[in-house]
Amino acid sequence: MNDRPRTPDLPPPITEVGAIGWLRANLFRSWTSSIVTLVLLYLLARILVPFLDWALVSASFTGTKSSDCSGQGACWVFIGQRIDFFIYGFYPATERWRVNICYALLALVLVPHFIPVIPTRVRKWLGIFGVTLFPVLAYVLVTGGWFGLEAIPTDKWGGLTLTLMLAFAGILASLPIGIVLALGRRSKMPVIRSLSVVFIEVWRGVPLISVLFMASVMLPIFLPEGVDFNKLLRALIGITLFWSAYMAEVVRGGLQAIPKGQYEAAHALGLSYWKGMGLVILPQALKYVIPGIVNTFIALFKDTTLVLIIGLFDVLGTVQSTIIDPAWRNVATEGYLFAAFLFWIFCFGMSRYSQNLERRLHTGHANR
Amino acid sequence: MTSDTTPAASARAGSAVRTGGAPDAIIRVQSVHKWYGSFHVLKEISLDVERGERIVICGPSGSGKSTFIRCLNRLETHQRGRIEVDGIELNDDIRNVETVRREIGMVFQHFELFPHLTVMDNCCLAPIWVRRAPRKEAEQTAMQYLERVRIPEQAGKYPGQLSGGQQQRVAIARALCMKPKVMLFDEPTSALDPEMIKEVLDVMIELAESGMTMLCVTHEMGFARTVADRVIFMDRGEIVEQAPPSEFFAHPREERTRHFLDQILHD
Repeated sequence: MNDRPRTPDLPPPITEVGAIGWLRANLFRSWTSSIVTLVLLYLLARILVPFLDWALVSASFTGTKSSDCSGQGACWVFIGQRIDFFIYGFYPATERWRVNICYALLALVLVPHFIPVIPTRVRKWLGIFGVTLFPVLAYVLVTGGWFGLEAIPTDKWGGLTLTLMLAFAGILASLPIGIVLALGRRSKMPVIRSLSVVFIEVWRGVPLISVLFMASVMLPIFLPEGVDFNKLLRALIGITLFWSAYMAEVVRGGLQAIPKGQYEAAHALGLSYWKGMGLVILPQALKYVIPGIVNTFIALFKDTTLVLIIGLFDVLGTVQSTIIDPAWRNVATEGYLFAAFLFWIFCFGMSRYSQNLERRLHTGHANR
Repeated sequence: MTSDTTPAASARAGSAVRTGGAPDAIIRVQSVHKWYGSFHVLKEISLDVERGERIVICGPSGSGKSTFIRCLNRLETHQRGRIEVDGIELNDDIRNVETVRREIGMVFQHFELFPHLTVMDNCCLAPIWVRRAPRKEAEQTAMQYLERVRIPEQAGKYPGQLSGGQQQRVAIARALCMKPKVMLFDEPTSALDPEMIKEVLDVMIELAESGMTMLCVTHEMGFARTVADRVIFMDRGEIVEQAPPSEFFAHPREERTRHFLDQILHD
């Protein structure tokens, strides 16, 4: 008997593929789905069209003062006039090149991570530079007082520069502290475990606002006369410790997801505790919790605005202090939108980068 | 062949200890007890393993056989008795433990390859970080062992891309890369699909023929017959019977052994 002839492959029906297929599958699958689609389109048009008109079509972009704005749309002239203040705060104009060098270096460190054609080796070295030498260099440049650079006290720092410095330093410090705390919490040694638990639960149990108040108001009361360390540094330490407690719990989640057999395999090969952790367990655990870590980074980044309440002018603080300027009428919306947009850019960047990282580190299924 | 030195006279565990031990024992276990909470998992276990000896440990689940071989590299701690590997006692001194672990390779039921590292890096990790071998040398050794387990072409892949049998062979190569004096196998074929068991057993048989000291917890009685110098039967935390395979399978002494063999040898 002959083999039964194979049935030839036919193309799928036209309604299932291409643009029509997509529309059908996603927007007009059923009557209810079609109605929802139409209602949403209507609402989108009602909201988006007037907004775009206000923000772009009727908006004023050129000019130098309030009267240059038509009043019909957004007054972006205001942002353009005050942009230096939003970026540098009270940093002296003649010394701003120092901050600009830091921004250039920051861009050099960050941007290549979003350009896939740049080889991984280069990106790795830039990354290492970014977390080691760059912060030191930036600190030396911005602070001054060395190499003939004029010293700029921290109360002159502000705007986006301050926001980024707080966020960068906070992120950089809270991750390693968080990892150590997470390991401590899972330690077999009771003293280390209890200390970690107490630290994490105390810092996680208080609001960041009260931490900042404590740092700026309470701490000086307890410090001996004449000992005063910088308000910015105090805020930074508060932010770092607060977020490292959160980070510790995120990392602990990752550690718990690693099967016991992985620890045993590392030990059976003769790796010590630290080598096993550093080479086998943490690389896997951290990879599992990249979304949680980046989530914490983003929260930290946005919460730097809280330093406003202890009198530090981050980017939101600079915006808020200028929109009440009587020389400009009703520019609050523009100001806040601009600040929101800046935050969104950085947070969205972090989010995209983390997705990219997850894809790159994906090495197939877990080992069982 | 070392099977002539195995204790044949006495089968009961406690009385199986030869006074003074074998002259060339690499592992000496004396009256070891272990408890999980109040549950007595290991009772008065004594065993000497000679250099080059191949031992198969079998027994029903929960008999303590896995726990026992995991005590030999201190993945489990024993509470009473004494375990000595190559003259080093396993105790709370972490340096002793790490020294012993360098000399003992272990293969697990679930492979436990490191999923974030390639096959090659899995094999090189411990030689580089524990033995401080130069990377080039470690990679050469690794390649040699990957060839021996017949998967050199997979060196650049990640464990997640391999079949179970391939993963277990990599796990064997990884352990061998440390040039261990003893190899422990903890049910190496139990998690494998049936068609992959043979490729792993073949590698183990080859290893046995090369003179490696091996302790295998396994239910593969064919393997025990082919390569073992001694088969040990454990039940409820004790060594019930031990004998060379010919004797063990043909004339089991104890009722419990007979019962167990009846159940697993249904062919």
